[in-house]
Amino acid sequence: MIALAVLKRLAMALATLAGVAVVVFLLLRVVPGDPISMMISPGASEADIAALRAHYGLDGGLLTQFGIWAASALRGDFGVSISLHRDVVQVLGERLPATLELAIAALEFAVVLGGFVAVVGAMARRTALESVIDAVNGLFLAVPDFVWALALVLTFGVLLPVLPLTGRLDPSVSSGMITPFYWAESLLRLRFDVFADLTQHLTMPVLSLGLPLAAVIARVLKGALNEAMAQDYILLARLKGMSKLRLVLQEALRNAIGPTLALTGVQFTFLIGGTVIVERIFAYPGIGNMAIDAVINRDLPLIQGLVLVFAVIFIAINIAVDLLVVLFNPKLRHG
Amino acid sequence: MTAPILRIQHLSAVSDLEGGAPILRRVNLELAPGEALGLVGESGAGKSTIAKALLGVLPRTVRLTEGEITFDGKNLRTLPPKALRQIFGDEIALIPQDPLTALNPGRRIELQLTDGLRMRRKLPWREARARALQLLAEVHINDPERVMRAYPHQLSGGMRQRVLIAAAFALEPKMIVADEPTTALDVTVQKQILRLIRGLQEAHGTAVIFVTHDLGVVAQICDRVTLLFSGAVIESGSTEEVLGTPKHPYTRALIAAGPRYDRPGAGLQPVPEAVIAQLRADVAATDGRPGA
Repeated sequence: MIALAVLKRLAMALATLAGVAVVVFLLLRVVPGDPISMMISPGASEADIAALRAHYGLDGGLLTQFGIWAASALRGDFGVSISLHRDVVQVLGERLPATLELAIAALEFAVVLGGFVAVVGAMARRTALESVIDAVNGLFLAVPDFVWALALVLTFGVLLPVLPLTGRLDPSVSSGMITPFYWAESLLRLRFDVFADLTQHLTMPVLSLGLPLAAVIARVLKGALNEAMAQDYILLARLKGMSKLRLVLQEALRNAIGPTLALTGVQFTFLIGGTVIVERIFAYPGIGNMAIDAVINRDLPLIQGLVLVFAVIFIAINIAVDLLVVLFNPKLRHG
Repeated sequence: MTAPILRIQHLSAVSDLEGGAPILRRVNLELAPGEALGLVGESGAGKSTIAKALLGVLPRTVRLTEGEITFDGKNLRTLPPKALRQIFGDEIALIPQDPLTALNPGRRIELQLTDGLRMRRKLPWREARARALQLLAEVHINDPERVMRAYPHQLSGGMRQRVLIAAAFALEPKMIVADEPTTALDVTVQKQILRLIRGLQEAHGTAVIFVTHDLGVVAQICDRVTLLFSGAVIESGSTEEVLGTPKHPYTRALIAAGPRYDRPGAGLQPVPEAVIAQLRADVAATDGRPGA
C-alpha cells in the first residue's frame, strides 16, 4: 500500500516538474532583459548579433525554442551556460553538493538544538525556566537568516576574527577529494585537517540558516510535547513510576514528532531558499550563490537548470516528510 | 470489622483558582480490604478530587487544608515523596475513565502492559510478558497474543478498557481507584466491564473505589456507597440501606430521578430545585456537617 502511494507521488512529482519547466521557460522570455545584449561588446554589428542569436537558438519562435530545450532536457542535456561557457549539468554537478552539505548540516544542527530546547522546555513546564525559553525562542523566531549572517560576520569575522569569512575550503588546504561532497568524504577518509577546515567555513552559514529553523522546531515540538504530556496515558505512565525525563522521551516524544515533522519539512524548504542569500553573503560556492549570478547575467540555460534542481529538491523533501510521518504514526503504518 | 485499608478523616481541600473556594469539606470515608465503595455525586461534588488525592495526582491549583488519609496504616499526607511513589501506582492503582486516551497510541500493548512489571517488580521481559498474557486471559480477552502485539487504535473501546483493567491488577494492588470506568463505553459493554471488575476484585481480594455519578453502577456492584454534594458527605452506608431506605431528601430525589424501567413513559424526574437549594444552603451554613 505504501509502495503504491510512493508511485503515485512520483508520478505527481513528474507532472509538477513539467509544469515548473513550462512556467520558468515562459516567465524568462516574458520578463525584460536580453541575454544577447549582455554578451555583445559595444559596437557589434547587426549581423554579429543575429549570428549570436542563431547560435544560441534564440531566433526561433517561443514554441520552437521550448521544443528544442525540452527535447534536449529529456536527454539530460540542459545546454551550455551563456555566462560560464560550460555545460549546465556539469556546473550544477559541481555546485549542488556544496549546497546540499550546507543545507543538511543546517538541518541537523536545527533538529538537535530545537529538539533539545523543546525537551528541556517540556520538562520545565510551568517554571521560570519555561518562560525564559519561550522569550528567547520568540526572539530567535523573529530574526531571519540573513540578519544572523550579517551579525555573525561582524562578531566572528570582524570583532573576534576566529572564523573564516568566505568560501568553502581554504585554498592552502589541498583537499584531494574525489567526490564533490567534501565534508562527508573527508570524514569517511579520516582527513581531519580537511574536515576541520570545512567545518570552520560551514559554521557561520550553518548558524545563519539553522538558528531560525531551530527556533521553529523548538516552538512546535514543545507545544506538541506539552499537549501529549496532558494525556491520560502520561498519568498512567507516571503512576507506573517513570521519571519525568522518561515520560517526555519515551511516552510523549513519539507522539509529538509527527506534527512537528510536517512543519519542519515546510520550513526546511524555506531554508533551502535561504541558501541563496546566505551563500552570497559568505561567498560559498553553492548553487544558491550561482543563482544570483545567473539571474544578473540573464543566463537562461543556467537559470532553467537551477530552477529545476530547486524544484526537484523541494519535491524530494515533501515526499520524504510524508513517508517519515507515516513511519512515526502506527495508525497510518498499520491502517 | 477488620482494620480498614483506607480511612479518610476530616479531609478538606480548597481551589486556589477560585480564590480558595472549598472543594472538600471534612470528608470522612472508610473502606475495608476487599470491599467495593461507590463514591457518588454530580460533577463538582468532589469525587474526583478524592480519587486524585488517593493517587497523588492532585492539580497544583488544589490544596488539601486539613484531615488525614490513612492507607494501610500509613498517613499519606505526611509520608516523604519517595515512600509515596512506592504506594501510588503500586499499592494503589487506577482504572482510568477514557480508554481512548489512556493508552499511548505509539506503543504496542505488550510494552504498556508490562511497564509496571518490569519497572516496579524488576521482572525480566519474558516473565513480564508471560504474566501479561495471563492477565489478558483473566480479563476475558480471547486472543491475547494478537492483542499484545496490537497498537491501541487496532482495539475497540471495550477491549482497551479490558487492557487497562488488566494493567491495574498487574501489580496486585491493595486498592484500585476506578474513575468512572464505564462512562466512555457503549451501554452494552458497560455491564460486562462492571461485572469483570467485580469478578477480579473478588478473586484478588482488592478494595475498589468506584467514582461515578451513576446510582445504577453502585446498585450493581458496590457493597457500600458514599454520596457527596458540594464537597460534603451527604449520606453514607451499605448499598441496600442507602438505596433502599434513603434518609436524606437529596438521596431520595436522586433515586427518583433515575430512569424507571418498570414505568415506561413516566419520563425522568429531575431533582427538585428546592431540594438542591436547601442542600446548598445547609452545606454552606454548616461547612460540611449537614444535620450537625
